[in-house]
Amino acid sequence: MLSKRLFFFLSIVCSTMQNQAQTIQVCESCSVSSLKDAVNQAKAFDTIIVQKGTYKEYNILINKPLTIIGKDYPVIDGELKGEIITIISDDVTVDGLFIINVGTSYTEDYAAIRVRKSKNFVIKNLVLEKLFFGIYIEKSHHGKVFHNKVIGDAIEEYNSGNGIQLWYSHHIEIENNYVEHVRDGIYLEFSDDCLIRNNVSALNLRYGLHFMFSNDDIYQDNTFENNGAGVAVMFSKNIKMLNNTFKENWGTASYGMLLKEINDAEIIGNTFEENTIGINVEGSNRIIYKHNNFKHNGWAIKVRGACYANQFTENNFLYNSFDLAYNSKINDNVFDGNYWSNYTGYDLDKDGVGDVPYRPVKLFSYIVNRTPETIILLRSMFIDIIDFSEKVSPVFTPDNLLDNNPLIKKVTW
Amino acid sequence: MVSIIGLHKKFGKNPVLSGLDLTINEGGIFAVLGPNGSGKTTLIKSILGMVIPNEGEIKVFGENVKNNSNYRHKIDYLPQIANFPSNLKVKELIRMIKDLRQNTSEDQHLVELFKLNPFLDKKLGTLSGGTKQKVNLVLTFMFDSPLIILDEPTTGLDPISLIRLKDLIQAEKAKGKTILITSHIMSFVEEVSDEIVFLLEGKIYFKGSISELKTKTNQPDFEHAIASILIDNHA
Amino acid sequence: MLKILKYSFFDLMRSRWSYVYFAFYLLLGTVLLFLNNDLSKAVITLMNVIIVLVPLIGTIFGVMYYYNSKEFTELLLAQPLKRSSIFLGQYLGVALSLSMSLILGLGTPFVFYGLFESSAIWDFSLLLVTGTFLTLIFTALAFNIALSNENKIKGFGYAILLWLFLAIIYDGLFLMTLIFFEEYPLDKLSLVGTMLNPIDLSRTLILLKLDISALLGYTGAVFKQFFGTSFGLIVSFVMLTVWVVLPVLRILFKSKRKDF
Repeated sequence: MLSKRLFFFLSIVCSTMQNQAQTIQVCESCSVSSLKDAVNQAKAFDTIIVQKGTYKEYNILINKPLTIIGKDYPVIDGELKGEIITIISDDVTVDGLFIINVGTSYTEDYAAIRVRKSKNFVIKNLVLEKLFFGIYIEKSHHGKVFHNKVIGDAIEEYNSGNGIQLWYSHHIEIENNYVEHVRDGIYLEFSDDCLIRNNVSALNLRYGLHFMFSNDDIYQDNTFENNGAGVAVMFSKNIKMLNNTFKENWGTASYGMLLKEINDAEIIGNTFEENTIGINVEGSNRIIYKHNNFKHNGWAIKVRGACYANQFTENNFLYNSFDLAYNSKINDNVFDGNYWSNYTGYDLDKDGVGDVPYRPVKLFSYIVNRTPETIILLRSMFIDIIDFSEKVSPVFTPDNLLDNNPLIKKVTW
Repeated sequence: MVSIIGLHKKFGKNPVLSGLDLTINEGGIFAVLGPNGSGKTTLIKSILGMVIPNEGEIKVFGENVKNNSNYRHKIDYLPQIANFPSNLKVKELIRMIKDLRQNTSEDQHLVELFKLNPFLDKKLGTLSGGTKQKVNLVLTFMFDSPLIILDEPTTGLDPISLIRLKDLIQAEKAKGKTILITSHIMSFVEEVSDEIVFLLEGKIYFKGSISELKTKTNQPDFEHAIASILIDNHA
Repeated sequence: MLKILKYSFFDLMRSRWSYVYFAFYLLLGTVLLFLNNDLSKAVITLMNVIIVLVPLIGTIFGVMYYYNSKEFTELLLAQPLKRSSIFLGQYLGVALSLSMSLILGLGTPFVFYGLFESSAIWDFSLLLVTGTFLTLIFTALAFNIALSNENKIKGFGYAILLWLFLAIIYDGLFLMTLIFFEEYPLDKLSLVGTMLNPIDLSRTLILLKLDISALLGYTGAVFKQFFGTSFGLIVSFVMLTVWVVLPVLRILFKSKRKDF
């Protein structure tokens, strides 16, 4: 229905703008029985309608502005021979195809659909299966990747590709996609000013979302769960991370989110639930953490290396095994006005703020850092005793690391 | 009926019974006597299987007592100190012991005899020592077993109850039962027992009737006879 | 044995201590749930209570019951009853009445709170099961101590010491060992160390529910297999059963050879 309506809409638009614009039908019994032929025959701004059927094709090069619409999800089967669709022209729309069997190579990154050096593209309503790379956008800008479903079957990291990959691209909107079982669900490298919204990235081998050297991007309302290592955001500036959910990323090197060399970011309204580490922070400065929920994580936040001038305010730390781990004695970050479920203080003046400061770093978290096997003693009475003595007179943990205004009730916003 | 051969028992390094041989025949009242620490209670508890001998063999009615509990159906035992679960009522205790052994209606008669009726609904923890001993007696005599063992049965009893106890013992004897008694009250022993067994340093020093003892020690009365044994052996 | 069990059990169920114990748990459960209104927090607090308090009460109560019922035991010994039945019956009487106070005391407020509709029911059941195991284990250990010590004061002393050792000192030594040998692979050692202490074992079992995220943060393959699969759960329960069976066997062995 949607594609039908779109088709009408587009054909009207095309016909008014471009008098010569044609529609080319592709079906198994038509005169044009392959997408490749259709593209060759088509002129710029034509529309190609692919009817239901299976088309065994690969290396389809789209070198002029075209609209390609699949009816009832026609299957484009690459038979594992190589890349399937490559777009090298501006103003291309691909809609409603079912693309399977992308070739795997150790020398070339074959993709189900690739956009190269183009602008104003729209890739939507695709279903990709049995793929190497899914949607690969390189050196392009001002495009949309909307409502696609990428279902990989990756088993090993070295011979699998990413679901949606952006490389040297900017002003791209990635919305409402679902990606699972690939290496990295969504991967951005050298890509600025992108918006990643409302996607679900789950069960991927490595990262649900992977950011490298990309600035001024926003990602919000996404869900990342059960990924091998969670979400990695590295070497980037001015990123806004809003209202995302990071869930059930379990394992040795797993975290809800890894922040490495990130400056001036905002992390607001996110939920980190049941991750081995909620947020793993390394060398990141001037980040605002606000209104986040950290629930049932092994470590809510693990801070390593130099992190300066970060602010943690009005977050909820709920039933984490450890709220905070620090590997140095120096602290330059502010913790203020958070709710800590492990807080045992009191509020005699009834102003909703605990009368004694909360010390989120425990001696035991320091011990576990040093000798990981000691984790087995978690919640033992002996550990409670040594934690208490450390709380009274800090020796191993930063003594100025305090939340002076721990809240008595959960923060709501 | 009870035969003991070469019984040895040590508590730690302290030998209590050393090579005791004893045969008790059916019928009659036997008193086991001896100074403190001579092993009277140990002997009785060995027969009951409560103390495990280091060496030797004990047979009761032809059954070896080792790792056996069945033969105790034929024994009624009155322990020395009557201390019962304090939360139980007298009535419940009697019912419980009956439940554990076998049913009997003899207890009603005994309760009457020792005037225990007002105490039946009281908790054992609230009873006096004498009353507890009476309950103890009821528990012992309510079964009809061929062997009765009484460890210090007179403790805490008032004179009337004592007389009733003596009557009871004689009545049981008349039924042809064997009764084994330990006691420090010499007059009581002299009055009730047919034969005495005198223990000294873990061995049987004397076994026979009271008159034989008097003859052996050349003493006119029982108490002096006992005293003379003790003096001779400690001098 | 069942008769003895029945009498010991009812004797205890009527005693003041059972009520105190029951009331304590009832109060604890109620306070945790209705003043806190947060099930997750309540379960964590309960875990601390269960792994510390249940063993303590089990030992003290076990030793106390044994010494208090000494004369009763002697009365029973003179009856035509097997020694094993007498002691097993008494042991089970104590252990079951304690477990019952625990389960009813904690269970009642939780049921009223609406546990059956809550997702925490498994966490909570696990708490009660481990609590029951700990009661069985520590009552058995207490009986062992009492059987081996005629002297009441000594017996109580050893009982407290045993608790102190298993609840606190053991973990201290354990921690120091782990830190001392930190250059070596330690995952097997640490799992074995856990198995050897019933309190640690129960704690681990509960951690599998509460802190699985943190437990899986460790590298060792043995750890991962243990915590990441149901293997850990099964092994822990088997070990807890062993921890019940061994002391009970010793009760039987010791009681057969003991003079009264």
